Amino acid sequence: MTRYLLRRVWYMLITLFIIATFSFFLMKILPGSPLQAEDKLSEEQKAIILEKYGLNEPIPVQYAKYLGGLVKGDLGVSFKFDNTPVTTILMDRIGPSALLGFQALVVGSILGIILGLLASIFRNSPIDFSSTIIAVIGTSIPSFVFAGLLQYVFAVKLGWFPVALWGTSAHTILPTIALAIHPMATAARFTRTEMVEVLHSNYIITARAKGVSETGIILKHGLRNALIPLITVLGPMAVGLMTGSMVIEQIFAIPGIGEQFVTSVMVNDYPTIMGTTLLFAFGFIVIILIIDLLYGLIDPRIRLAGGNK
Amino acid sequence: MKKKYAWLLALSLVLSMFLAACSGGGDKDTADDSKDTADKPKVEQTLNFINGDTIPSMDPSLGTDEYAFQFLGATMEGLYRLDEKGQVSDGIATKHEVSEDGKTWTFTLREDAKWSNGDPVTANDFVYAWRRAVDPATGSEYGPYMMGGVIKNATAVNKGEVPVDQLGVKADGDFKLVVELENATPYFESLTTFGTFLPLNQKFVEEKGDTFATSADTLLSNGPFKFSNWTSTAQEWELVKNTDYWDAKTVKLEKMHYVVVKESQTAVDLYEKGEVDRAGLSSDLVDQYSTHDDYTVEPDTSVFYIKFNQTRNKALANANVRNALARAFDKQALVDEILNNGSIVANGLVPKDFVPTPDGKDFREVSGDLMKYDLDEAKKYWEKALAELGTDSVEIEFLGGDNEVSKMMNQYLANQWTTNLPGLKVTLKEVPFEQRLELDTAMDYDMQFAGWGPDFLDPYTYMNLWLTDGGNNQMGYSNPEYDKLVNETATTLATDPEARNENFLKAEKILFKDAAIAPVYQRASALLVSPKVQGVFTNPFGATYEYKWASVGAEE
Repeated sequence: MTRYLLRRVWYMLITLFIIATFSFFLMKILPGSPLQAEDKLSEEQKAIILEKYGLNEPIPVQYAKYLGGLVKGDLGVSFKFDNTPVTTILMDRIGPSALLGFQALVVGSILGIILGLLASIFRNSPIDFSSTIIAVIGTSIPSFVFAGLLQYVFAVKLGWFPVALWGTSAHTILPTIALAIHPMATAARFTRTEMVEVLHSNYIITARAKGVSETGIILKHGLRNALIPLITVLGPMAVGLMTGSMVIEQIFAIPGIGEQFVTSVMVNDYPTIMGTTLLFAFGFIVIILIIDLLYGLIDPRIRLAGGNK
Repeated sequence: MKKKYAWLLALSLVLSMFLAACSGGGDKDTADDSKDTADKPKVEQTLNFINGDTIPSMDPSLGTDEYAFQFLGATMEGLYRLDEKGQVSDGIATKHEVSEDGKTWTFTLREDAKWSNGDPVTANDFVYAWRRAVDPATGSEYGPYMMGGVIKNATAVNKGEVPVDQLGVKADGDFKLVVELENATPYFESLTTFGTFLPLNQKFVEEKGDTFATSADTLLSNGPFKFSNWTSTAQEWELVKNTDYWDAKTVKLEKMHYVVVKESQTAVDLYEKGEVDRAGLSSDLVDQYSTHDDYTVEPDTSVFYIKFNQTRNKALANANVRNALARAFDKQALVDEILNNGSIVANGLVPKDFVPTPDGKDFREVSGDLMKYDLDEAKKYWEKALAELGTDSVEIEFLGGDNEVSKMMNQYLANQWTTNLPGLKVTLKEVPFEQRLELDTAMDYDMQFAGWGPDFLDPYTYMNLWLTDGGNNQMGYSNPEYDKLVNETATTLATDPEARNENFLKAEKILFKDAAIAPVYQRASALLVSPKVQGVFTNPFGATYEYKWASVGAEE
């Protein structure tokens, strides 16, 4: 287990290195510069400022310096927020995003599993059809449309929740629901399909023949097996949440990292763009690792390399 | 099975901890609020506003954006401050004397002005701040731009040619500031209200080092308000009255609370719920709210126009072609249908309600409409032009922005031109802002949609753009007569306001006789503003809003 973990961490570092390299050079292709009064400055004045940011050096030198900083955990200083280290910006912003993403994932998958379970048990009944319709709507309509709708109905018209902003747990409810709808739909569809398949397999028939109760069959034998493919889609779901959060955070005026990312791209704040990209990449890689570990937890048949606990 | 339940249990525990932490903070806030209202039975002097983004910097030397200058204006004070009418009023300086040649300005500073740490505001604070702004080590963008060519040696200092102490600013004792200028600069008075020219407390700035101006604790205020709970990445903060301000008795507002909201719809929803007292309207929301009781339009002093590059396309070197193009599109329809935010048609270069003439009238009004939409005239010029060029078809490229509104505008303009001027073919090129600037610098375009916001209160900020060697000309326009008239306003006539004004009026006429550019519109923004917001003025340049004289009126 330890050896397996160590190897995974090593692969993670390599992946991060490739992402850092790739995004560094991609960013150099972006048009423009981090200057904010670009149309007003003379070429000489621009050169003086670019020198301050270290942008006048050859790109390989900039790259080497950047990697050197990364190794020390230094993501550099933001161009937009004068004198503010990128790590400070990320730390200030990660809380709300992480909380929303986590809540959306939990709420979305639990509701989705329940919905899918009901649909598979009452197959071809009105429950099944409405669950399918909900799933189709949830997958096909983008989350920002839901966000606007929820905001209008539940905050502006009914006044049950705050319209926007951040502070109390009530503020998190609408954005969480808006973000959770997509994972919910995905989970519902997968659970239903898998359950239908699992419930027709031989060991379920055996279990029935043995006289196991229906609840036991569904929960112990059915759901547990149906969950494995669902865990596989947790990864893509988490990525969807990261990208979805950029728009949702803007709509609900939440001080999160997605919103910050969009702004930094607009103003060519290279260090912040790089820092956020790496943070997102890191988050994704960690989620994949957790998912791989979860496999073993849920299905003992899947053995991790050298996995004797 | 047990393991999985344990895992779920752990997750829900973590989740509930998060929730508990958040709601705890919220409760405390409400408790504070109720205490505030209990203390003051009268109208609470608190306003709630939305800011379009975070404030990336509060360092006067490094600030470049609207928000930096907005909050610098509210928390700090320079030599002077602009009042309700856009005229300079007392700041840290009480009066000044200008030498005969207009090049030496001696400011007398008040002795009762204090920083929020108790230190007096002295002439040395200005010397330090201005030197810092042009020092190449600071890497300021606005320092060399605003001071270069104005304050003596500013450009040389910025290039590192002479030491910083050679900058034309000296302290004569604690309360006299002597400024030497490169040329007589009649608008220097208004420049001193701008963010880049604010004073700084040297001891404090050096003590804070790299952390200076990144949070409320690393800032000093000498203006009407000071920050509380602010950091450069904060999405929510407060401005509170600065009791140490020399004119604190004038300041009625106790507190302004700000939150960052970027979505116009969200801002309006918050406004309707009474959570904020002002909300900007994007053009898609204007129709819906233009009949709202609180609907207002705030004019801006940014002007947008089309640049004709005379060096790349032979057709645009012909004045009749330019004259035809400049008259051949309906501007009223453009501002009403596409922009739909209160923007007004521009028929000249210097914007409306920006600067008065010496006899107190608006410059734009005196100068009049110099380039209007006029289809008949346009067609006449066009026929003449085609005859002169000896062709019946002309192809011109039009370079414009690539955001949603720009695209609609580009297509509209191209359509107007091709419909109204037979034989004209317009090809569109839509690029991001940075790329447009690069193409502008390389003069690699035919026609370009561009705009300009003023840097000081004088027509010169617009007129100097089109001087033959002007850094922003970039379109091959050159008229010796125009150059002479405009240059005179900054040199021989600098101390004669009437003659300067005459020159500006004449020069603007020449510019449009040559059809060097085609004015399109002057920007405005549509807003919902609560009637309880009183005494908030919009400035023609610098800080968008002036809050020193603001107050909360009785609610309806």
